[in-house]
Amino acid sequence: MLNRKMLSALGGLLAALPAFAYESSYNMTQGVTDISREVHGLHMTVFWVCVAIAVAVFGVMIYSIITFRKSKGAVADQTMLHSTKVEIIWTVIPVLILVFLAVPAAKTLVRMEDTRNADISIKITGYQWKWGYEYLGTGVSFYSTLASTSNEARQLHSGIDPNSVKDYLLEVDHPVVVPVDAKVRLLLTGNDVIHSWWVPDFAVKKDAIPGFINEAWFKAEKIGHYTGQCTELCGRDHGFMPIAVDVVSQEDYAKWLAAQQEAVKAAAAPAATTAANTAASASATL
Amino acid sequence: MAHADTHDHHDHDHKPAGIGRWLFATNHKDIGTMYLLWALFMFFLGGAMALGIRLELFKPGMQWFDPGFYNSLVTNHALIMIFGAVMPAWVGLANWMIPLQVGAPDMALPRMNNYSFWILPFAFTLLLSSFFTAGGAPAGGWTLYPPLSLQAGDSFPLTIFAIHMMGISSIMGAINVIVTIMNMRAPGMTLLKLPLFCWTWLITAYLLIAVMPVLAGAVTMLLTDHYFGTSFFNPAGGGDPVMFQHIFWFFGHPEVYILILPAFGIVSEIIPAFSRKPLFGYDAMVYATASIAFLSFIVWAHHMFTVGMPLAGQTFFMMSTMLIAIPTGVKVFNWTATMWKGSLSFEPPMLFALAFLFLFTIGGFSGLMLAIAPADFQYQDTYFVVAHFHYVLVPGAVFGIMAGVYYWLPKWTGHMYNMTLAKWHFWVSTISVNVLFFPQHFLGLAGMPRRIPDYSTQFTDWNMVSSVGGFVFGFSQLLFVVLIWQCARGGAKATDKVWDGMMTGLEWTVASPAPYHSFTEAPDLTGVADSHH
Repeated sequence: MLNRKMLSALGGLLAALPAFAYESSYNMTQGVTDISREVHGLHMTVFWVCVAIAVAVFGVMIYSIITFRKSKGAVADQTMLHSTKVEIIWTVIPVLILVFLAVPAAKTLVRMEDTRNADISIKITGYQWKWGYEYLGTGVSFYSTLASTSNEARQLHSGIDPNSVKDYLLEVDHPVVVPVDAKVRLLLTGNDVIHSWWVPDFAVKKDAIPGFINEAWFKAEKIGHYTGQCTELCGRDHGFMPIAVDVVSQEDYAKWLAAQQEAVKAAAAPAATTAANTAASASATL
Repeated sequence: MAHADTHDHHDHDHKPAGIGRWLFATNHKDIGTMYLLWALFMFFLGGAMALGIRLELFKPGMQWFDPGFYNSLVTNHALIMIFGAVMPAWVGLANWMIPLQVGAPDMALPRMNNYSFWILPFAFTLLLSSFFTAGGAPAGGWTLYPPLSLQAGDSFPLTIFAIHMMGISSIMGAINVIVTIMNMRAPGMTLLKLPLFCWTWLITAYLLIAVMPVLAGAVTMLLTDHYFGTSFFNPAGGGDPVMFQHIFWFFGHPEVYILILPAFGIVSEIIPAFSRKPLFGYDAMVYATASIAFLSFIVWAHHMFTVGMPLAGQTFFMMSTMLIAIPTGVKVFNWTATMWKGSLSFEPPMLFALAFLFLFTIGGFSGLMLAIAPADFQYQDTYFVVAHFHYVLVPGAVFGIMAGVYYWLPKWTGHMYNMTLAKWHFWVSTISVNVLFFPQHFLGLAGMPRRIPDYSTQFTDWNMVSSVGGFVFGFSQLLFVVLIWQCARGGAKATDKVWDGMMTGLEWTVASPAPYHSFTEAPDLTGVADSHH
C-alpha cells in the first residue's frame, strides 16, 4: 500500500521532469556538446535515484512519526533489536544502486579524458585577473578581461544598477572564437596562482595551475555565445574574470582567424624587419 | 538502569572560588562549560561574518565591502566555525558527558584538559588580530591553497601559528578522550556497552590524532616556503602546488567526519530515548562509524577532481567516495528502524534529532551526486557545493550539538528550560536554515561559482531568498542564548532522570545538577545486561 503511494508520488515527480530539465535558473544546463548532455543525463539520473531513495526513507520516517506516537497510545516493541536479514538487504541494495551509477559515470569519464585528434588547440593561461588565449600554431594570441561596462558598475558604490548592464560580469573585451563541430583541445596553465576555467555549456571545468599544463576538450554543436567564470578562488578580483566563447561557423572562424593574423602582421609591420621576429615570438610567449 | 546504585553519597562540592576556578580549572564540568561557552561565542562571531557575506550577496553590485575584505570574511567565517565553534563544542560535550557516561570521576588528564582549552583564546586572538595587519586578514580561503595563500601580507604567520595552536589543542583533547574511555570505564562496562556518543567520540579522537599533525605539516611547509626559501609548493623552484592540496585534503576529509561523527553519536542516543525503544542494530552502528572513519582516509581527492588527475585516480576516488554511502545509509536506516514501532514523543532534543535525520540525509544525497566525477566537474566550486556542506554542517553538525545541549542542559543546570521557547527556536531555525541553504543548490546548478562577492543578475532572486533565510536563522539563534541564560539562572527543578523517555546512560543515575565530583566510587556494571543486545 505504502509502495503504491510512493510509486505514484515518484511518477508525479517524473512527469515534471521535462520542465525541470530545460529551465536553467534552478538546474544544470544541458549544454551544447555531446559530453555536456551525457553529464546532464548522469546528473538527472543520480538526482532521481536520490529522490526515489528519499521518498522511500523519508516516507518510512514520516509514517513512523505519524503512527507511532506516545500521545496516540503507541507502545514500543522492546524486542526489535536487530535483524541480520534486514541489515544485509539494506547493505546490498545500495551496493547495486552504486554499481548502476558508477558504470555510466566511468564511461563518460573515459570519454572526457580523451583529448586525441583535436582540430585546433588553444593554450589558456590564468592571470590575476584575466585570461590569456593563444591559438597554437597560428600566431594569434590575446588577453580577455572583464568588459569595461561591467567593470565600472562593479566598483564599490558605483551607483550603476547592474541590471542596466548587458551580461553583467559575464561579458569580456575579447571573447574566445571557435568553430562549430570542431574538437577544440584546451591546454591550461596558471601564471601566478591557481585559476579554473569553466564554461557550463561545454561541461568543461579544469584548473589552470602554475607549473602544470592540464588538458581538456569540447566540441560545440551549436553556434552561439557561451559564458562562464573562474571557479578557483584566485584573490581579490576572482569574481571578475569571466570567460566568453563565441561558437561560429567554420567559414566565419576562418575569416576571424585570418583577420587576427592580419592584425598581428600589421602590428609588426611599422617596426623594422628585425623587430618582426621579436613581435612574433613575443606573442608566442604570451 | 537495572543496578540499584543510587549515588546518595553527600557531595561536598568544594568549588574553588573566583576567577581561579576557571583559570586553573581541572574539573571536567567546568572545562566543558568553558568550551561550550567559547563555542557559542565563536558561533556568533563566525555567524556575524556569514551575515556580512549574505548582506553583500543580497543583490548584485558591490554595496558594502571591498572584494578583498569579502574574501577575508569568507576565509575567517570558515576557520572560526570549524576550529572555533563546532570542534570546541564537541570537546565541551565530551568533557561534560564522557566521564558521566563511563562512570568516571573526571577526565583522565585534567591539567592537560585545562591547557587544551586555554590555548584556544590565544589561538583565535592571533587569528583575529590579523584583521588589523597590513594586507588584512587571510583571504585565500580556509583551504589555504598556495600560491594564493602565500600572497598574504603580515597576517600569514599569525594564521599559521593560530592553526598550529588549534591543532595542539585538538590533539590534547583527543588524547584525553581516548585515555578516559580506554582506562576509566566503570567495572563491567565493556566496549560494546558504551553509549554511542562515547563510541563516536572515541573514533573521532583517533581521526584527530591521525590528521591534525598532517595539517600542521602542510601549514609549516607553507611557512618555510614563504620565509625560508623552500619550494615545497613553488613550481619555479621545482615544487608542486597540487601536492599541497593532496596533503591538505588528506587532513581535510577526515576533518569533516571529525565534525559530524559525534553528532551521529548524540542522535543515536536521543532517538532511542524518545522512541522508548533500544537503538536498532547497535553493533552495526559501531561498525558503520568505524567504516566511515576508515573510508575517510581514502577519498580525499574527490575535493580535487578538476586539478587534472590521471583517469585511474579519478575513477578510484569516485568509487571510494561512493562507498561511503553504504555505512552512512546503514546509519540512517538504523535510526529509522529505531523509530519504527516505537512510542515517540517530541521534546526539543528529539525535534532537533529528527531535523538532523532529514536534513543531514539531504546533505548525504548531494554528497552522492558530488561523488560522480563527470557531474562533479559541473558542481565543483559552485554554490551546489556550498549548499551540500552547509547541509551536513549546519542542520547536521550544529543541530547535533543543539540536540545534545537540549538533551543534557537540565542535567547540567538542575533546571528544566522553557519548552515553548525551545520549540520556537527549533521551528524558526529549521525553517530558516532551509530557506537559507536550499536555494543555494539552484544557484550552483545554474552556474554561480562560490567565493565571489558579486554575481551576474540572473542569480539575484535565489540570493535574495537565501539572504533573508540567513538573517532569520542568524537572529533566531539569540533565542538559544536567552533560553540557556534563563535555564542557568533558574526554572523548574529537573529530576535525576529529567525526561520521560528510555534513557540508559549512567548520566541519568546521578542527581540534577550533576554533582561537582561525580562517581567518586565507580558504579559496578558487572553482569548488568545492556538494553541493546
